[in-house]
Formats: sequence, C-alpha cells, structure tokens
Amino acid sequence: MADAGAGRSRWAAPALGAGSVIAIFAALEILLKTGIVNRFIVPYPSAVLLSLERIIVEENVLGRVGETAFEMFFSCIAVILIGVPIGTALYRYRALRRAVEDWVAALAAAPLVLAFPLFLVLFGRSSLTIIVMSVITGLAPIIIKTTEGLAGVRPVLINVGKSLKMGDSQMFWKILIPAALPVIFSGIRLSWTFVLISVVGIEFLINLGGLGQLINDLAERYDLPGTYAAILFVVGVSVCFFMILERVETWLRPNP
Amino acid sequence: MNNAAANAAGDKAVPVMPAPAAEAQLVIDRVSKRFGEGPGAVVAVDDMSFDVMPGEFVACIGPSGCGKSTLFNIIGGLQEEYVGNVMIDKSRIAGPHAAVGMVFQEESTFPWRNVLDNVAFPLELQNVGQSERRDRAQKFISLVGLQGFEKRMPSELSGGMRQRVSIARTLVSGPRILLMDEPFAALDEQTRLLLGDKITQIQQELHQTTLLITHNLTEAVQLSDRIVVMTYRPGRVKRIVNIDLPRPRTSDVVSSPAFGKYVAEIWGDLREEATRGMEEAEAGAAARGKTARG
Ligand SMILES: Nc1ncnc2c1ncn2[C@@H]1O[C@H](COP(=O)(O)OP(=O)(O)OP(=O)(O)O)[C@@H](O)[C@H]1O
Ligand SMILES: [Mg+2]
Repeated sequence: MADAGAGRSRWAAPALGAGSVIAIFAALEILLKTGIVNRFIVPYPSAVLLSLERIIVEENVLGRVGETAFEMFFSCIAVILIGVPIGTALYRYRALRRAVEDWVAALAAAPLVLAFPLFLVLFGRSSLTIIVMSVITGLAPIIIKTTEGLAGVRPVLINVGKSLKMGDSQMFWKILIPAALPVIFSGIRLSWTFVLISVVGIEFLINLGGLGQLINDLAERYDLPGTYAAILFVVGVSVCFFMILERVETWLRPNP
Repeated sequence: MNNAAANAAGDKAVPVMPAPAAEAQLVIDRVSKRFGEGPGAVVAVDDMSFDVMPGEFVACIGPSGCGKSTLFNIIGGLQEEYVGNVMIDKSRIAGPHAAVGMVFQEESTFPWRNVLDNVAFPLELQNVGQSERRDRAQKFISLVGLQGFEKRMPSELSGGMRQRVSIARTLVSGPRILLMDEPFAALDEQTRLLLGDKITQIQQELHQTTLLITHNLTEAVQLSDRIVVMTYRPGRVKRIVNIDLPRPRTSDVVSSPAFGKYVAEIWGDLREEATRGMEEAEAGAAARGKTARG
C-alpha cells in the first residue's frame, strides 16, 4: 500500500509539472487570440511548436545543440577542475583566504560579459573565448562553497583522522572531501547555472556557434516563433545538464 | 624514571605519586595544560599524575569543565603542547601514538559511509585486502552487537548504535590502549548500563588497557578497577579509589551494597568539586553580567 502511494507520488509531480506547462501555453494562446496580449511581441504557442520542425530541418538546430553542449561540457568540467583546487587553497592558507575572499565574492557579482571585446582580442572569435569567459563567470560559487564546505567539516572527524595517524593527502581525500561534498555540490549547481547562462549569452552576444547565435539570427529576421522554439531547445539542454548533475551526485554519494 | 622525568619537567622535584611500578603501560606524570596567557588564562589540567597497568580499566571522573577532555586530548597526542610527561611504553607522547585508540565525546561516525565501511576504515588506511577487511570489521560489528546493520548508514541508526559503531571502528585496528571520552554521555541510563556490559565483555576478550573519561558515577564504578577522582579547575587528582568488586561483572552489580558504598564514597568527594564548579560558574556569569552592565 505504501508502495502504491510512493508510485503515485513519483508520477504525480512530473504530471503536475507537464500539466501546468500545457495550461500556461493554452492560457497564453487564448490571451493572444482575444488580443489581450499583443501577438507582434509574443508569438502563438502553437506557432512556436509548429516551427520546431522548421528549425530542426532548415536551421540545423540539433547540430547547434551539439555545439552549445560541447562548450558547456568543457566549461563545466573546467570550472570544477579549477574552482575546487582554488577553494581548497583558500581553505588551507588563511592569509590567502583573507586576501582574496572579497575579490572572489566580487567576481560573482561582476558583469563579466561586458569584457567580451578583451576576450575576443585574446582568444579570437572562437569557442575558446566562450569557454574561457564562461569558466570565469562560473568560478566564484564553486570556490566559495568549496572553502565553506571544507571549513565546515566537524573538528571531531578531523581528530578521528589524526588519531589514526592519517597523512595530509589521506585526510583530504578520505575525510575532508567526502565530508564537504554536499556543500561543494551546492556550489557546483550554482556554478553550472552561471556557465549555462554565460555560454548561451555569449554565443548570442558575439554571434558565434550554437543556440545563442541561432537565437540571434532568428531574432534579427523577426522570426519570433523560430526564436522561441530555439529557446525551448536551450531549456531542453539545461534540463539535460541538471539531470546529469543529479546522476553524478547520487553516484558519488552512497544512497542512504 | 619517574623522578628523572619530573626533574626534566622542571619546578618541584618531589613526585606527588609514589613511583609507578616498572610495568605501567601508560604513565601520566605531572601533566599540566594551560590555555591562554595572563589573567584570562585557564589552567585546565594541573600537575596530574597517575598510571595505568597493562589490561587495567581506569576511569577518570570529574565535574563538567574540569579538564577531562583536555587530558584525553593530551594522552591521545592531539594536544601536543603540554607540560610534564605522558609516557607510553617509556616514550613521551608528542603526537598520536599507534598503540592508542580514541573514542570521542562527540558523534564521530562518517555519515557518508555505511556501518561496515565505517568500521573497516582504519583497515582501509592500512591497505588490508577487501575480504580480510570485511571479515575483521564484521567481527567487531558483532562484538558491539550490530550484526545485521552492516549496510545501514549512520543517519538510520540511533545515537547509541552510532556510538557503538565508533567504538568498533576504534577497536578494529587493535589498539593496546583504549581511550574513551564520555562515550555514553548522550545516552539514556538503561542503554548506558547495557553498553557498559558490552564494554566489560569486550575488555574481557581483548584485554586492552582502558582509560575511560566520564562524569557518570555509576558508569565509573560499574566498569573500573580504579577511579581517578578529579578536582574542578584546576583539574587535579583529588583521590584514587580502588574498586574491589568481583569480576566478571555485569550491570547487575549496581544493585549490590558494595557498589552503593563506592558510589556514596566517591560522590562525597565529587560533590564538593561539583558544587564549587557550579558556584564558580555562577559567580563568573554574575561578574560578566556586571562588567557588561558597567
Ligand atoms: N582550546 C581551548 N582554548 C581555551 N580554553 C579551553 C580549550 N579547551 C578547553 N578549554 C577550557 O578548559 C577547561 C576544561 O575543558 P574540557 O573540555 O577539558 O572539560 P571537560 O572536563 O571535558 O568538560 P565536559 O565534561 O563538559 O566535557 C574549560 O574551562 C574550557 O573552557
Ligand atoms: Mg569533555
């Protein structure tokens, strides 16, 4: 009986989610039909759905999804490979932490996109520019959360390690990192969100590469249904990314 | 040896305790520890001396805040700066010692590992092969009475069960000296008595030298061969009481008249200290209140 309940609630949530999306689309359709919302600004949801086929066939949207996903994949990996060690260094060296903590926090708030001409000069109009800028954009949360997570490890766990005569690297990999992992993951989540926004945003801005550029193109052609259809693909990509993150998280953390 | 060590430690040369018999495994020799400098300094442990024989079970009892955990950390090698000597097998402790296993006052299981992997952790560090690791961990899981819970995560266990996981994890690497800092402090009296039986039983089996730090009278008398009664601030040795209750003991011993006599006797000592502790804490709070207002 409890199983049936659990089964029902497992499907209830996604069903409610999908239901609300359909309901909003339907409501929007009606608002547009009745002229309450201006249809020169917002396209009909039905037209957006119909244009999906067109942008898949004519605009090679799947290839562009691949391109965006490629840039995101590298940015997301790089953000972890760079952010976690920096966060660890800030945890290890108090002085360093005091010196740069505020700068890292400032980095999180800085509108880095505005510096895109500089990066264009440095890295050319290429995927590399997009990846580098996105990595820098996504770095702050993961650095901050890594430091916070490591500093928050309960001292008694560290004492257990010391009493077992664990070396520094054993202590790091077998106690500090696993104990801090939940907090580090919340940092990864935030960082990846920043990266995602940045990749598509910069593609749009410098008119290069994947979905961002496509959206730029379509918008310039006043192809509103196409633009929104492409945006749907961006949403799709981000949903996939966060599903992957969730998988990685449960895989790294043994199930209770 | 004791005299030489005392001389090396400086100040007064007369040892407080008679020189310990040659075979003592753990010697606490005029150990002091002060936190801070100047008027705000706290002397947590002051000139404590006692020794523990191989296979002996000694309890160290004192009111809250008297310096028990400080002493525990010094003996365990986690507090490397202290005055005096803690000697294990004739060498001075300055850092964690391989022969010493520690069970901490706070909850210390690894929440990301299941019971089996928690207990096997020290073996993993020693690169013991997986199947041997499992067998040895399993043995200690059974010893603390947790068979059937190997795959559970700590979050699924009660506080008492988690503390037993910590004890098994400490025992698995076969320490010759077991240090426990109020391992049952967070537990109710019944669980505490039953876990006490487990500890007695384990010690009967493994014969490890044990120093139990506690503020619980019943627990101390139930388990120990000797009890070191501590004073409150600074933490000193007030008295050492031999407990001549027959072994093997079970928790039933608590209802015997002899047990009651020991408890009453030690409580007599302890009450003074605990009262003083409370009065000082209250006076301190009042003084702080006054300065805050003034
Ligand atoms: N790291 C430290 N810095 C400064 N003072 C400390 C430190 N550790 C302990 N103290 C002080 O030393 C005294 C003894 O502390 P300790 O933790 O050893 O007491 P305890 O007997 O274990 O108490 P409890 O029974 O409550 O665990 C206390 O007054 C405490 O404030
Ligand atoms: Mg304590």
